[in-house]
Amino acid sequence: MVSAARSVPVNAKPSSARLVWTCAALIVVLLATVTIAVTIGPVTIAPGTVWAIVLDGVWPQRSHPWTASEAYIVWQLRLPRVLLSACVGAGLAVVGTALQALVRNPLADPYVFGITSGASVGATLVLVLGIGAFGDYSLSIAAFGGAVGAFALVLALARSGGNLSPMRLILAGLAVAYAMSAVTSFLVFLAAHEGNQGAALSVLFWILGGFGAARWEQVPLPAILLAMGVTLLILHARSLNALLAGDETAATLGVDVKRLRWRLFGLCSLLTGVMVAVSGGIGFVGLMVPHAVRLLVGTDHRRVLPIAMLAGGIFLAWADVLARTLFAPAELPIGIITALSGAPFFMWLLQRRGMTSETR
Amino acid sequence: MLRLDDVYAGVPERLIVSAVSLEVHPGEIVGLLGPNGSGKSTLLRCVYRVLRPVRGTIELDGENVWALSQREAARRIAAVVQEPASDFDLTVWDVVSMGRSPHLGMLDRTRARDEELIAAALDRVEALHLAARRVETLSGGEKQRVLLARALAQEGRLLVLDEPTNHLDIRHQLELVQLLRALGLTALTALHDLNLAATYCDRIYVLNTGSLVAGGTPEEVLTPSLVTTVFGVGATRTRHPVTERVALFFHALSPGQTER
Repeated sequence: MVSAARSVPVNAKPSSARLVWTCAALIVVLLATVTIAVTIGPVTIAPGTVWAIVLDGVWPQRSHPWTASEAYIVWQLRLPRVLLSACVGAGLAVVGTALQALVRNPLADPYVFGITSGASVGATLVLVLGIGAFGDYSLSIAAFGGAVGAFALVLALARSGGNLSPMRLILAGLAVAYAMSAVTSFLVFLAAHEGNQGAALSVLFWILGGFGAARWEQVPLPAILLAMGVTLLILHARSLNALLAGDETAATLGVDVKRLRWRLFGLCSLLTGVMVAVSGGIGFVGLMVPHAVRLLVGTDHRRVLPIAMLAGGIFLAWADVLARTLFAPAELPIGIITALSGAPFFMWLLQRRGMTSETR
Repeated sequence: MLRLDDVYAGVPERLIVSAVSLEVHPGEIVGLLGPNGSGKSTLLRCVYRVLRPVRGTIELDGENVWALSQREAARRIAAVVQEPASDFDLTVWDVVSMGRSPHLGMLDRTRARDEELIAAALDRVEALHLAARRVETLSGGEKQRVLLARALAQEGRLLVLDEPTNHLDIRHQLELVQLLRALGLTALTALHDLNLAATYCDRIYVLNTGSLVAGGTPEEVLTPSLVTTVFGVGATRTRHPVTERVALFFHALSPGQTER
């Protein structure tokens, strides 16, 4: 056999040094984002002061060259909010990446299981009917309960003979999403019918998502789950890669497809449920970020997952800065910002797809 | 050696394959022939471990394939199957790298040796220059060569192919099977083209409505009467003037002439 080219073409082989450098650069950008995001607000606080206050919060210092109100703004108001938004953005991006591979559909996002609509029913029950058995946490707990309930319903509908086919899952997700949003609308109608006009507005705001009520207590659970989830997904990265080639091909490459799907669907729904519970239904992050990252680094999940996590965190942290500053002191629901940046992105993606199929 | 012993597959109420026993010896290319719906793909799916047989055993070198884990089986048996193209922009390198995944644990990095194997596999199918290309930009023949490279990178002892020449033009059909021969693999492949099978397979088995009706060298098996019984067409047998292998000409049977 005679071969024309015996050396591997440039750019064919992914370089692991480049992955390390990209991640390092993104971590620096993320740290800068968090710092700058905390400085921005009605009261501008110098980056140095932000770091000093954070250092003091973690490891108390002797001298305090800042005012008590600055400390309060940084530590109590802005930092938990910025961290929570970065966490949720990272989580949604990672879950979106994994789900697109698991259902082998580039249009899948974390809400493919009807999770947001389920969470909305839970949240609406609290907001409209004022069911508040858990005090301050009622909203989050109800939203999480609704999310998990919807997911369980979707799985029950989608499974056929123990198999989860991607198409059935997407259809079941749609069915549950429609049913759940009907329930939400009905609850809102009932509230309006009984004279509670404000309820409709608070439901709308919840559905569009936001971090206006972020507190320190909300940060640890999503952060820990995110860390665990990303680790697990990266460990399964090669299986996710194989799944992109098809279920049968994945099986011939040694992937136990059925078990992998059940396991990772469970993980993704748990992550999404927790993210939705603390932030409402923030759309487009889980759809856009994975696509953008794939365009830049290819489809290998060992690269896409860590980079999508960092990029998602950076993206949502900035979106939240816009949400709280554009119409300050009013809060713009963050879902409006993510959706507004999502629509043009899709137009662009559509155009690009059209072009590649023509030049084939 | 691959040995299928009394294999039944499908669902117990509706068997698609029944009582199939066959063997593939090391270094052999064995063709599996039969009309559409005769159970070729179902039987192959049992071998590459996607469909568990209802009854019977499938052994590779004495090991029961279905007693192995999915990963252990994937290290021994590679497959080129027909699946719709991915909507994701996989590159040729991505696809061939997948062949290494049954050999790498969750915590293993892709080592230099893996990368050498991937490059060598691409080189053997003369597709190394395509490594950076996106798979969807390849022609049908190039795509099949890339899938073959993935199977080579997988380093299995047996290669299973489900109609690898489907949708290829005549030149690429011949080139692909010739490549398969040149690589010196042990392979079990479903084929549609009887003349292609006659030219390139060491032995062939013929499936009809889920049962084996013949097995042996192309010379022994491909008789006009078998072709008429199984495929429902008339056949004239001759010898290929160049390859000197069995060659068949076909004609449609007039109504009433069918033996089925």
